[in-house]
Amino acid sequence: MTPSISVQPGSVRATRMPRRWWTFALVAPLLLFLLASFIVPVLMMLSRAVTDHELADSWPKSAAALSRWDGEGLPDDALARTVAAEMLATRQAGTLNRVANRLNYDVVGSRTLLYLTADRMAAGAPGNSLADLVRIDPRWANRTYWSAMRHAAGPLTSYYLLASLDRRIDADGNIAAVSREQAVFVDIFLRTFKISLVVALLCTMLGYPVAYLLASLPERRANPLLILVLLPFWTSALVRTTAWVVLLQTNGVVNGLLEQAGLIDAPLQLIYNRLGVYIAMTHVLLPFFILPLYGVMKGIEPSAMRAASSLGATPLTAFLKVYLPQTMPGVAAGAIIVFTLALGYYITPALVGGGADQMISGSIAFYTNQSLNWGMAAALSLLLLIPLLLMVFAGRTMARTVPA
Amino acid sequence: MASAPQPLVEFRGVEKRYGGGTRPAVAGLDLTVAKGEFLTLLGPSGSGKTTTLMMLAGFETPTAGDIMLDGRSLAKQPPHKRNMGVVFQNYALFPHMSVSQNLAFPLSVRGMRTQDIAARVDEALALVRLDGLGHRRLDALSGGQRQRVALARALIFEPDLVLMDEPLGALDRQLREKLQAEIKRIQRALGLTIVYVTHDQSEALTLSDRIVVFADGAVQQIGSPQSIYEHPANAFVAGFVGENNGLAGTVTARDGDVCEVRLDGGEAIRATAIGNIAPGARVVTTIRPEHVGMDNGIDSYCNRLDARVDELVYHGDHSRIRATLPGGATLTICAPRGRGIEPAEALPIGWCADRCFAFPADDWVEDPLGDAQ
Ligand SMILES: Nc1ncnc2c1ncn2[C@@H]1O[C@H](COP(=O)(O)OP(=O)(O)OP(=O)(O)O)[C@@H](O)[C@H]1O
Ligand SMILES: [Mg+2]
Repeated sequence: MTPSISVQPGSVRATRMPRRWWTFALVAPLLLFLLASFIVPVLMMLSRAVTDHELADSWPKSAAALSRWDGEGLPDDALARTVAAEMLATRQAGTLNRVANRLNYDVVGSRTLLYLTADRMAAGAPGNSLADLVRIDPRWANRTYWSAMRHAAGPLTSYYLLASLDRRIDADGNIAAVSREQAVFVDIFLRTFKISLVVALLCTMLGYPVAYLLASLPERRANPLLILVLLPFWTSALVRTTAWVVLLQTNGVVNGLLEQAGLIDAPLQLIYNRLGVYIAMTHVLLPFFILPLYGVMKGIEPSAMRAASSLGATPLTAFLKVYLPQTMPGVAAGAIIVFTLALGYYITPALVGGGADQMISGSIAFYTNQSLNWGMAAALSLLLLIPLLLMVFAGRTMARTVPA
Repeated sequence: MASAPQPLVEFRGVEKRYGGGTRPAVAGLDLTVAKGEFLTLLGPSGSGKTTTLMMLAGFETPTAGDIMLDGRSLAKQPPHKRNMGVVFQNYALFPHMSVSQNLAFPLSVRGMRTQDIAARVDEALALVRLDGLGHRRLDALSGGQRQRVALARALIFEPDLVLMDEPLGALDRQLREKLQAEIKRIQRALGLTIVYVTHDQSEALTLSDRIVVFADGAVQQIGSPQSIYEHPANAFVAGFVGENNGLAGTVTARDGDVCEVRLDGGEAIRATAIGNIAPGARVVTTIRPEHVGMDNGIDSYCNRLDARVDELVYHGDHSRIRATLPGGATLTICAPRGRGIEPAEALPIGWCADRCFAFPADDWVEDPLGDAQ
């Protein structure tokens, strides 16, 4: 028994607590800044993927009535009258386009139907019953339009997420595939993953030997080479990509050299196709692979390799059994960083790829900047975020199983 | 006359210069290691011990000379074919493998069958008293346990020769002494040949059959611990191995091995002359603290002086007296048990000329390890 040197747990905690709060206070300004400028806006943006408020905002009474409707058959006259009244009111207030656009995403033609109906009512046609509406336009007898309105009544919707997967809820409430010409996103998602994977593999194959060379050279000679590796970091994405265009185009430098060397007769198509995307993206992302791997390799004790050969391992065995496994955390980190960054690329594919090489971020940018369909943009982003989070999680698990 | 047994290892005029440097890290090294011998390379930092060991293991190439193993030159043998177990100073264990996997590595690269490997690994774990820790990850081991894993890994494939580079350097004193005993026990039990590197002279004295003292890449003395300690070949060895008092002076007369020295403080003493020193030469005379007698014990000694006590330094198991000679030189003396010592007390001290050596003054190093110890 040595009570004199036993430590009171309470006293330890008491001296440690204020310190922890103090450190928290130091990062608090940054946390608040991130929260206000980044986290909250991102969450608000992403929430648009699963919320529907256009119809509920513009047509509050119709939204309530549509929510009450069971969706079977055709709506009754009371519902038709409420919808018709608010349709006319928003047309006259000049705000009908919000609902019209929203419904048009789901059922093409809704937009013209709403405007036509509202204009006819404004000109005096009655809108007091379903029959009145059908008289204005027979499409009102088609349940598809009413179901679409009911689904758009909010407040939550699965519409955007399903649409991002080329699915929709049909008039009977079942999940169904959209028509073939509308089904684009699954293809683009698969293509995005494939391109990212190939780029990550290319970076691994090209970057590993470079990182090994850098790590095995003395610092004095490694540093200038490291600057060369970092060079793409300091060039703007546009300049870098344009440089590739100059190099790879039909009458570009590479084709010129190959032709002069007599290796090819006609110029190769090196750009504006998948090959160009792979070349340019691998170049841009290579430093992100090399740097973490270089760090890991620098931390490996050279004496471990000596120990391996003193224990009888040939240089190849020593590399495969001792060196390579110790570099795996770096390989995993680099590959995950490259893969996740590649998932979000769209400028490079847009500039050096063809029409069939566009990636999902291109679609997100299109919905955000051009068609202003933020619900779709948010839903596509949300779906892209899931594999990203999985990769981060996988990276953490891997880092835990292999010591750095 | 029985012919000497063939040495296991022989260094022949080995020299190593790094990167075209003008000063060699090791020069003119002639050295043999007999089978079953525990040979220690002892020397201060930067004296070329690691370089010598790494040339033997094959990680450095001599710039001149040759190293023979069993009578065959090692010049064209890559490290992985030399069959030497190496224990590195920083353990050099494989951090991505468990203890057992580390131990199994040399066996599996030799193509041994999995069941046999498991049995041998268990044996090796028992040998270094780590039974039951085979599944552990290395970061779950203490420094001493890691050191034992490194030792077991270097022994498990039954190498011809085991090389150890300051294997206990990073450990605290108690653990170091415990593992020293363990290494010695294993060496005796398995009849191992060990080349051991250390800069700790007491470790070298306790473990070795023979010690090679290095300084500045050159061998200063080769011999048993006893001969190194009691008959140092030069002032460097005298100062580096064990504790020693050095008293500067000038030779006044020499008669065979015995010479008369006038210390710089004026006292005249007699000492055993080592090497080429003639009257008029500047010398350092050395006397170990335990060879200085006092009171009635000095009657038979030819050197008798009146010192004054400065202080008594307590070391636990013994005490040391710091004393000043009439001429001002200071001296450390082992305090006898049971005799009270008072500061400023007058103390008659003396020593015998056999225990006191006079060396040429130039290779005396006052504090050979500097801050390293
Ligand atoms: N790779 C190298 N390149 C250049 N010089 C070296 C190299 N390795 C060692 N040296 C030099 O060679 C000399 C001997 O070094 P060595 O490592 O053999 O010393 P040591 O006796 O093992 O010292 P320590 O006790 O500090 O380990 C030193 O002067 C050192 O600076
Ligand atoms: Mg060394």
